[in-house]
This record gives sequence, structure tokens and C-alpha cells, in this order.
Amino acid sequence: MSTWLQLTEVFSMLSMLAVGGGSAVLPEMQTLLERYFGFTQTEFVHAYSIGQLAPGPMMLTVLIMGEIIDGLAGGLIAGLAFFIPSSILCFSVGRLWRYIGDRPWRQSLQMALEPLSIGLMCSAAYIIAKESIFNWQTGAIALVVAFLLMRTKINPVLLILAAATVGFFGQIHS
Amino acid sequence: MSQEPLELQLPEKVSIFTIFREFLVVGAISFGGGLFAFLRDLMVDKRKWITNEEFVVMLSISQAIPGLNSVNLAVLMGDKLRGSIGSFVAALGLLLPGATLVLVIGMFYGVNRHHPMADHVLAGIAAGAAGLFGTITWKTGSHAFQGLKSLLLVIFTFVLMIVLKWPLYIILLVVLPIGLYVFRPSTHEAQKDLK
Repeated sequence: MSTWLQLTEVFSMLSMLAVGGGSAVLPEMQTLLERYFGFTQTEFVHAYSIGQLAPGPMMLTVLIMGEIIDGLAGGLIAGLAFFIPSSILCFSVGRLWRYIGDRPWRQSLQMALEPLSIGLMCSAAYIIAKESIFNWQTGAIALVVAFLLMRTKINPVLLILAAATVGFFGQIHS
Repeated sequence: MSQEPLELQLPEKVSIFTIFREFLVVGAISFGGGLFAFLRDLMVDKRKWITNEEFVVMLSISQAIPGLNSVNLAVLMGDKLRGSIGSFVAALGLLLPGATLVLVIGMFYGVNRHHPMADHVLAGIAAGAAGLFGTITWKTGSHAFQGLKSLLLVIFTFVLMIVLKWPLYIILLVVLPIGLYVFRPSTHEAQKDLK
């Protein structure tokens, strides 16, 4: 029961901190999950990576994190706690917006949020890369995937599945 | 300035079920990111629920508010169509297919993660995901990396998060006011006058 409360607390707080999209909150998520639930860095990167295989928003990965911590119920609680608070906020602000309309400060807010959320995304990219690239094989996989994504319009899910296959046959150890 | 009405008049009331079904489809087929493009296609081109101008406004609200941009978009679109219940079914439809799949994969992970074969597969997936995330960051940030002021704020945020390891809410409380000052209305209004 206390685990459920803690899951609710951690993920609803992360929900309200997720400026400019969910990935901005990944570094903080890793810190909090480690502190409160003894989540290892490897588990975190695994959960994040597996989440990329599903359709829909990539932050559905919070469901796997909750599931690793406390089974199916944990997954559902983490999901509800992560998606409900920010959605209610968005709903309220959306309604308020119709009355306020466009103001010069709105553009300032957007311009100020952009570098902030990109800075947080860079932090997340650093954390994921640091944990998942640990020898030349994993480095090569990451580089090839990045190169193909920049140069072609291939679906990322196919590349992730290809990376899984290479990992399997290449017997890469983590 | 054109005097075209910004908001389309909806020909008839859209049913709750239609909203749910349309967002469910997007939630089920949007593999590999690009969710935003799927949503724009649904809301503006396919169903013509809103004009492109309205979409841009909705998108900027979604981005300025915490939470996932795609879920926020669904909430705003649902509210416009059918009020609070519309918001709820839109967000639910968008999340349901992926959430179900993720929970099933998570179960396999729980059972098999210490299996030696799982180790190899997960190492491959994680390396691929690192390449994917790096690319997304690079593309999303292309605009922010170009301006000197925004680039400095990006680096500042990164240093606070990774090097100094400050809690996120403190970082927001510090960086956001700085950003608001740097990009205060007089600065971009002045730019507009130059054009």
C-alpha cells in the first residue's frame, strides 16, 4: 500500500514537472526511482528502451517502470499518476486560454521553455547513452541507428528490432 | 490581414464514440514516434475538426503546459468537440493500445530479464534506443541550438542537471525566470519591427 502511495506521489510530481514533453523529465525520473525504489540504471534504460517498441507516446514507458516496481497494479498506478495531473492542468488552462487569448508574454514563455526542455532532453540523451553504450559494439549500433534515422525515413521501430537482433546474434554482454 | 473566421463551424455534433475510435486508431498505429504528425493529419486533414491555425495554437498550449504534448493535444481537441467527456475519451483512446502492449512486454521483462539471452537482446535494444534518442534530441533542438542565447540556456540547464545534479523543480525555478527575462516581450517585438 505504501508503495502505491509512493508511486502516485513520485509519478504525479514528475507529471507536473514535464515541461516541453515527457522526455525532459527522464533524468529526474531516474534519480527519484533510484532513491525511492532502488531502481538500477540498467533497469531504467531497459524500461525506457522497451517502451520505444510500443505505439503511442513514448512516455508510456512509465507503465513498465511501475510494473517492475510493483507488478501490474504498480504499472497502472504509475500510468494514471503520470497522465492525469498534467491532463487536468492542460484541460483547465485550455479553457482559460479562450478567455485570455493571445498575449505577448505567451510567446516569451514558449521561447523560454524551448531551451529549458532541450537542455533537459540533452541530459536524458546523456544518461541513456552513458548506460547503454559500454563497448565498441553497442557504440556501433547506436551510431548506425542514428545515421540511418538522419539519412532515411525508415521507421524507428524497425531499427530498434534490428538492434535487438544484432544484440542477440552478436552475444553482446551488458 | 485576412478576415477569414479562425474557427471552423462543426457541421454536427461529433459522437463520443467517434472521438474515442479516431484517437484509438492513432494510438494503435503510431509506431516509432511522429505522433504529432498523426494527430495533425487526423484533426486538420482527415476529420477537419479544426483549421491549421487552431492546430498551431493548440500545439503551443500543449507545449507550454507540463505533460506529454500528444496527450495534451488530445485533451484540448476532445474538450473542443465534446467538453470534459470528450477530453477523457480522446486521451484514453490515444493511450490505451500502447499502454496495453507496454504492460504485456513488461510482464515478459519481469519474468525473463535474468535470462542470458534477454541480456543480449536488451543490450541491443538499449543501444538502438540511445541512437534514436540522440537523433530525436538533435532534430527537436535544431532551432534552440542555433541562437546563442538559447544555446547558452541549453548548456546551462544541462550543467545544472548532469554536473551539479540539482533537483528538477529548482532548475525550473532558476532557468525559467532567466529565460523569460532574456526573451521578454520587448525583445521579440523589436525583432518583429525589424522585419
